[in-house]
Amino acid sequence: MSLLEINNLYKSFGGLGAVINFNFSIQPRELTGLIGPNGAGKTTVFNLITGVYKPDKGEILFQGQNIAGLSPHTICQKGIARTFQNIRLFKDLSVIDNVKIAFHKNISYNLASTLIRLPAFFKGEEAIESKAMEYLNIFKLEHKRDEIASNLPYGEQRRLEIARALATQPKLLILDEPAAGMNPQETKELMELIEWVREKFELSILLIEHDMSLVMGVCERLYVLDYGQVIAEGLPEEIRNNKKVIEAYLGEEVGEC
Amino acid sequence: MQEKSKSWLKFLSEVILLVLLFTLVQYALSAGLVNQSYQITLTSMCINVILAVSLNLINGFTGQLSLGHAGFMAVGAYASVIITNFMDLPFIIGILGGCLAAGIAGFVVGVPTLRLKGDYLAIATLAFGEIIRVVLQNIDYVNGPAGIVGITKLTTWSWLYWAAILTILVIVNLMNSSYGRAIVSIREDEVASELMGINTTGYKVLAFVIGAMFAGLAGVLYAHYFYIIKPETFNFLKSFDMLVMVVLGGLGSTTGAVIAAIFITFLTLALQKYAAMRMVIYSLILIIVMIYRPQGLMGTKELSRKTFARIWGGKK
Amino acid sequence: MLEFSQQMINGLSLGAIYALIALGYTMVYGIIKLINFAHGDIMMVGAYVGFFSITLLGTNIVVAMLVAMIFCAALGVIMEKIAYRPLRNSTRIAALITAIGLSLFLEYITVVILGPAQKVFPASAFPVKVYNIAGLSILNKQIFVFVSAVLLMLILQYIIKRTKTGKAMRAVSLDQEAAVLMGISVDRTISITFAIGSALAAAAGVMIGVYYQTINPLMGIIPGLKAFVAAVLGGIGLIPGAMVGGFVMGLLETMVSGYGNSLYRDAVAFGVLIIILLIKPTGLFGKNTGEKV
Repeated sequence: MSLLEINNLYKSFGGLGAVINFNFSIQPRELTGLIGPNGAGKTTVFNLITGVYKPDKGEILFQGQNIAGLSPHTICQKGIARTFQNIRLFKDLSVIDNVKIAFHKNISYNLASTLIRLPAFFKGEEAIESKAMEYLNIFKLEHKRDEIASNLPYGEQRRLEIARALATQPKLLILDEPAAGMNPQETKELMELIEWVREKFELSILLIEHDMSLVMGVCERLYVLDYGQVIAEGLPEEIRNNKKVIEAYLGEEVGEC
Repeated sequence: MQEKSKSWLKFLSEVILLVLLFTLVQYALSAGLVNQSYQITLTSMCINVILAVSLNLINGFTGQLSLGHAGFMAVGAYASVIITNFMDLPFIIGILGGCLAAGIAGFVVGVPTLRLKGDYLAIATLAFGEIIRVVLQNIDYVNGPAGIVGITKLTTWSWLYWAAILTILVIVNLMNSSYGRAIVSIREDEVASELMGINTTGYKVLAFVIGAMFAGLAGVLYAHYFYIIKPETFNFLKSFDMLVMVVLGGLGSTTGAVIAAIFITFLTLALQKYAAMRMVIYSLILIIVMIYRPQGLMGTKELSRKTFARIWGGKK
Repeated sequence: MLEFSQQMINGLSLGAIYALIALGYTMVYGIIKLINFAHGDIMMVGAYVGFFSITLLGTNIVVAMLVAMIFCAALGVIMEKIAYRPLRNSTRIAALITAIGLSLFLEYITVVILGPAQKVFPASAFPVKVYNIAGLSILNKQIFVFVSAVLLMLILQYIIKRTKTGKAMRAVSLDQEAAVLMGISVDRTISITFAIGSALAAAAGVMIGVYYQTINPLMGIIPGLKAFVAAVLGGIGLIPGAMVGGFVMGLLETMVSGYGNSLYRDAVAFGVLIIILLIKPTGLFGKNTGEKV
């Protein structure tokens, strides 16, 4: 069974179809890329999957269950986490608190033990603290634990955002342009990190990316979106030689990469 | 093990300090060392602390600007007076009933309005606060605009003091927990918070209800000290008073809210004879703080054991 | 039916006043996304300026209105420069709190200077006449209020649709950055918006003085809030919306106090506000826009 299967997804804004009859599937532990020119509707697809927008039509099956139209926090609790195109950290909070917040959905102590400080509270807080440190270690942010998130350099903010998303313990991780604004060296490290994360946490990853070398290098399968419709789907090699894709997208952009 | 006994020692010393402060004032009161005017100031101070700290939970920590806090204070005040004076039940039932009624009112107001954002929410809560007042004015059972006179004075220094301490304790404990982090994440970025699996609507309502309950508590204590309550007492200017304290102290700092509440209480006392001038100063505080120090006195910082340890040159 | 028509007449003149105030809210919101809480208080200042113009300078009502409009236009511009401009890039909550501060400031500085007592608008400035037409009694002040309000709205409409300034205002409210690139001075345009909005409020203030005959330092609060509700009702940021909203609020209020309980008169406005905010926060004529993620 596919981890995520999308059938005939449709969303329009003011009569203009942003995503038209979108079909998609991702297998467990698969790394899939979603590419397409600017304004093709990639981020809209992400917003539909994660519940930020409600689809007009179609179904989104996650582990066989239709999640279309559920609230974002419910969808996250079911096991889908994401990052954002323009980083959205909790800016004024410390690095470790950013990660700790992601653990809240699995909170082990209740409100009463919080207010009167029962042992369950201290035990739960200790567990959260050590788990959060684990994630900071993985992303080499442990020495910045008490830093305010907005004071981190750009690359570290990106990493923190991924760490935070992973901390919700998802089965599907969605990355919206994770390499945006990174230099080639950072992008290379990020690629390796993404691969490694998938192995270590045994999850599926879906990513939007403009950096062709990253997409071609790391993704096992690609979907190409143009004007809200899937125009091609397949292995990176197939996509590279697909005429329609070259016309719509690669033809104008591949030269820059 | 040594760590643990140390923190116990600190905890114990704090409790002793609090009891000491309480006893000191209690002694001064019973020995007749405090005149009428200062007694009232002391009462207002505790009530203001409760109001500022609870409003700060909504406005400062959750980041939802509410201008209807006086409405919940009114609900608490009226509900408790019905219980104690009309039904002749004990004060503690009045307190619990007042808090409960205000909490329910907070829930009823919060569920529909908290979907709104920013300034729309502010206006909607202001409107609800005013509706509560107008409704009270039109209920004959509580004497309409004339209000209820002759309320038995049941609020004592111990009720005031421990109620204020309880408020601070509950909110500090709440905020230093995973629930508190969830609440603050809403202020920081509501969309991201929701996508991290946090039921933002639920926590906004939770913060709103807790805030409203403590506003109700403040209302109960107010009603049973000042002998008379009128709907007009709880109009939106009263909500603005509370806003001044929270803004001055720093949106998102309990310490700041407490300090500002105490400061504003003394300012009110000093300007007792110049009510209009007091409001001019309040308004200037709002404007100047927002332009020159929008984070308020304390920003989001808190005074804690750690701070004191640092001041004393301790290791952290 | 007669009773109803009478209420309609009362409602229309009251509504014209609300519409004038609502226009200022909507224009300012349209351009800097700020609920100018102090707008109702500018109206109050306008009423006082009109009052002093009549009593001290001995002008007639029309001149008094012009004096008030000029004074308040200047006041609006100064207010924006001192208090709102430094906050243009901070959070909306900060701007709103400042607006609340300004509102309280105008109210209580007036109390400090002029005292809290109300002042009676000199009746000689506007001798009351009653016209009886088909069983309805229409006061000349109702005609005056209605006609001058409509006239001002027409002038505003002309400015916004036909002049360069109006085009600049519309451009800035649509996209500030693009407007800058087109060579529009955003600061100047915002100042003009405040000036026009405040002048309209001042006119409304003088009208309220004529209409209710008494003025006091806190008179701006309730009409201000009601006009705000009118602006939200019509869709905040939309100029025709504010006009329609104003008339609706005026009619609603006179109907409620005419047929229902006048104690609930003020609560009705808030009730309308809450219903609108919950059902369609963008107002009757507004379009929905979501947050971009």
